Amino acid sequence: MMSAPVGTWLDIGPTTQIAPGTARTLPVVGGEEIAVFHTMRGEFYALVNSCPHKQGPLSQGIVHGDTVTCPLHNWRISLRTGEAQGDDEGCTPTIPLKVDSGRLFLLREAVIPSGKPKAA
Amino acid sequence: MNAPTKLPQPAKEKLVVIGNGMAGCRAVEELLERDPDRYSVTIFGAEPRVNYNRIMLSPVLAGEKTFDEIVINSAEWYAENGIELVGGDPVEQIDRQAKSIIAKSGRVEPYDKLLIATGSDPFIIPIPGNDLAGVVTFRDLDDVDKMLAAAQQGGDAVVIGGGLLGLEAAHGLSLRGMKVTVVHLMPALMERQLDEAAGYLLRQELESRGQTILTSANTKVIHGVEGKVVGIELEDGTKVKADIVVMAAGIKPSTSLARSADLECERGIVVDDNMVTSDSDILAVGECVQHRGTCYGLVAPLWDMCRSLADYLTGAPNGYEGSVTSTKLKVSGIDLFSAGDFSGGDGCEDIVMRDAARGVYKRVVLKDDKIIGAVLYGDTADGNWYFDLLKKEEDVADIREGLIFGQAFASGGALADPNAAVAALSDDAEICGCNGVSKGKVISCIAKGAHSVDAVRSTCKASASCGSCTNLVESLLALTLGDDVQTGPRTLCKCTSFTHDDVRRLILEKELKVIPEVMQELHWTTPEGCASCRPALNYYLLCAWPGEYEDDEKSRYVNERLHANIQKDGTYSVVPRMWGGLTTPDELRAIADAAEKYGARTVKVTGGQRIDLFGIKKEDLPAIWGDLNAAGMVSGHAYGKALRTVKTCVGSEWCRFGTQDSTGLGVKIERMTWGSYMPHKFKIAVSGCPRNCAEATIKDFGVVCVDSGYELHVGGNGGIHVRATDLLCKVETEEQAMEYCAAFIQLYREDAHYLERTAPWLERKGLDWIKSQLFDDPDAIKNYAKRFRFSQKFWQVDPWANRAGGAHKDLHSHLAEVRPLSMENA
Ligand code: SRM
Ligand SMILES: Cc1cc2nc3c(=O)[nH]c(=O)nc-3n(C[C@H](O)[C@H](O)[C@H](O)COP(=O)(O)OP(=O)(O)OC[C@H]3O[C@@H](n4cnc5c(N)ncnc54)[C@H](O)[C@@H]3O)c2cc1C
Ligand code: SF4
Ligand code: FES
Repeated sequence: MMSAPVGTWLDIGPTTQIAPGTARTLPVVGGEEIAVFHTMRGEFYALVNSCPHKQGPLSQGIVHGDTVTCPLHNWRISLRTGEAQGDDEGCTPTIPLKVDSGRLFLLREAVIPSGKPKAA
Repeated sequence: MNAPTKLPQPAKEKLVVIGNGMAGCRAVEELLERDPDRYSVTIFGAEPRVNYNRIMLSPVLAGEKTFDEIVINSAEWYAENGIELVGGDPVEQIDRQAKSIIAKSGRVEPYDKLLIATGSDPFIIPIPGNDLAGVVTFRDLDDVDKMLAAAQQGGDAVVIGGGLLGLEAAHGLSLRGMKVTVVHLMPALMERQLDEAAGYLLRQELESRGQTILTSANTKVIHGVEGKVVGIELEDGTKVKADIVVMAAGIKPSTSLARSADLECERGIVVDDNMVTSDSDILAVGECVQHRGTCYGLVAPLWDMCRSLADYLTGAPNGYEGSVTSTKLKVSGIDLFSAGDFSGGDGCEDIVMRDAARGVYKRVVLKDDKIIGAVLYGDTADGNWYFDLLKKEEDVADIREGLIFGQAFASGGALADPNAAVAALSDDAEICGCNGVSKGKVISCIAKGAHSVDAVRSTCKASASCGSCTNLVESLLALTLGDDVQTGPRTLCKCTSFTHDDVRRLILEKELKVIPEVMQELHWTTPEGCASCRPALNYYLLCAWPGEYEDDEKSRYVNERLHANIQKDGTYSVVPRMWGGLTTPDELRAIADAAEKYGARTVKVTGGQRIDLFGIKKEDLPAIWGDLNAAGMVSGHAYGKALRTVKTCVGSEWCRFGTQDSTGLGVKIERMTWGSYMPHKFKIAVSGCPRNCAEATIKDFGVVCVDSGYELHVGGNGGIHVRATDLLCKVETEEQAMEYCAAFIQLYREDAHYLERTAPWLERKGLDWIKSQLFDDPDAIKNYAKRFRFSQKFWQVDPWANRAGGAHKDLHSHLAEVRPLSMENA
């Protein structure tokens, strides 16, 4: 169980735990799993781990540039905006993330249980 | 002697051209296009070779092109057009009174019109040591050869000058394995083309590639030992070791010949709007001229000059009005564009966009609602559009809001439609910078029948040099022809203009060993490729370099990365191997236990004679694999572009019709082939008689046992398009059946395109081709099989055991678990 967060940024550990070009997951109790991506250019992004198409686990896709190709039916999703690229339409919620002194922080307020409005 | 009587011919005027470079030859081409019969042409060139694309010397140095690939006009071209080329014989004197020139060889050539196109000379900074052996310039092929010779010895290179030329030299030498230091006088790289921000990004990128960049650095002396360079010393005392020093500190118009003939010269040879010098029979074009006070150092202006010159010489003068230039750096992987004036200042307005995450910097400078300059770094897709607006002096007030986001956005159109963007370009917009080809020219060449990229390349040369405009040409083809475009061999994916076959061949030829290297060397147009090319490259490399290549997990589709099949709910299925479809009570017990322990929601017998456990969580995979391993089972690769199953029937051991031990042979074959990655999945079957209960004739490789031996069938498929196999041959022994199987697989592995199963592959290549590969050379079977077995040494390791033993834990475990704030508070 997590201890109470300090401020609004939640420390989810060191950047080194996610290899470049891969993603790891962060289950949310009572909410939707989060995928944290590390691109090959060294940026980090957090999104709900669910494709806008048919909820494929984006964390398992191939990461290229700042997009990920969904492992189920190859939609390309922008890691920056969560928007589906090209002809496909749909959007996955993104979670603000920052890197500070080699550690990753998620915006606490943005981690929400499924179905609840943001300002719970 | 009796000369044969000649028919009187209209006397052609005699045109002599000095300089067989880019401008000289282009001028002649333009003339031929307008009036091929008007002049009889002789070209003198100081270089002993045909005309080539000088700007492509950089890719030649970098090893991305060969000299043959950058030749513009071959010897045949001169011959066909009746042009005499006098190569390797520089002109030394112009006798204006006699209207003739004198070359170094002593040859005297009279002219009616003389064209000077002597280009530029590299600027040699006047410091001690600048004449030592090992100090080279970067202007022609001989220079490149000198640099290549030096680079072969390895060691250190110093490049003096951090402009376009210097950086391209540095890039080439560094790709050739030298340790490179760039010494630049000014505080920022390419300061004439870039502003500070872009210069900084560029510098960071180059440094991250291992180059040392010294700015505000004034070279004081070049040190030598025994007449050969050993290093340089800067004004501030810094010393840098060097086995070669490249002077790339600038160029100056080559005017000495003109000066000695008393033609009016300032910085360059002064010409009027028709490119005529102070002598009305002598013209000049290219870098050697000064027009309306300006000397140019890029190719685009000389295309314009040559058009005006040819118009004038064929009696239809049009007048050259000067050119606005833009610059691109030809260093693979660095996107950089600059055009016009961006020094800013009074009345100027900047629009800037930075995207640090993407490493993008864009700046457009406006004056009176017109674009006067642009600098783009990291994303240069809109360079041509800005440049077009700039040249046309278009009023951009209406689109100012969206201007910086690029053409698609600003024109409010479909954001990602490249065709619309290309359609919007004007007819004289430049498509191919390397060869100076406008949109109008490409379209007319398409209209005349060039219906593929290759055809366009060979007709008007657009996209024939560096290839960076290939996508523009493709768009033009699509716009002009609609569905009639001939797509030629398909490229591997959108990131490259190479086909699968090209890529496979070049990986071997250039000995490319890792994915980024392939992308770099083969001009990938995206920094990291895409979900199509990455898995393909990973496979091609692992096939090409068994034992050497380290598998790139992040370039694998999820199934191969997780060694299980992903299901629609994000869980996985687990299929342990059952050799030849055989199992034992112990194995079945272990499977049953695992199914219960890890909550498999469905247990199913597959179409491939084994058992599939569905609904396993990714966290549980290593553990269930560990349990199955403990019972002696390994991965079935049901998820892989790899050997899947070897299906067997009961065969002679039990079946009343069985002719051979089909089960036993199937097990042996599976033991030999399991673990091998292939272009696509690969299925094998062995049937004990022609009744073919194992369905061997719809498998990639099928064996049908008969009394006298084994029929080997290939290229079958039971999937989307059912295809029955072709008979490859018949063999007598089990050993032969196995040897041929290994050989056929290896041929498929080495030749097929990624994601091409044996059936379409065989149809593409033809059964005869396959047979000739395997049978023409009596050693072929042995050699292919040997290569297969060698590769298997490295790939017959159970990936499950690895993971069960703790490898790649990160792929199977979560980061911390979190709770939404609302729940915490509740
Ligand atoms: C499990 C199984 C069905 C079953 O319950 O029996 C199966 C299941 C799948 N097949 Fe299959 N195929 C299975 C036997 C077959 C067979 C029969 C056979 O092998 O004898 C065929 C036709 C024979 C053939 O391949 O020539 C078959 C033709 C396909 C195809 C079409 C291939 C083609 O070239 O046209 C696909 C699609 C693809 O691979 O691109 C496919 C793909 C799939 C995938 C991997 C679809 C996917 O991408 O998720 C299915 C996932 C399986 C999983 O999650 O475990 N499966 N599939 C069979 C597993 C066999 C095994 O033990 O490994
Ligand atoms: C490595 C490199 C990269 C470049 N990259 C780019 C780029 O990306 N974009 C761009 O726009 N420009 C680039 N340039 C510049 C471009 O190559 C020149 O602008 C262009 O070649 C000028 O053409 P020219 O005909 O005036 O001169 P040249 O092409 O140099 O031709 C002059 C020819 O005249 C010959 N000559 C000289 N004196 C005599 C004589 N007395 N008798 C007989 N022959 C003589 C020379 O040997 C030479 O072959 C690059 C240049 C170099 C060297
Ligand atoms: S094919 Fe038919 S006859 Fe032959 S072994 Fe199998 S079952 Fe027996
Ligand atoms: S679920 Fe992502 S593409 Fe279908």
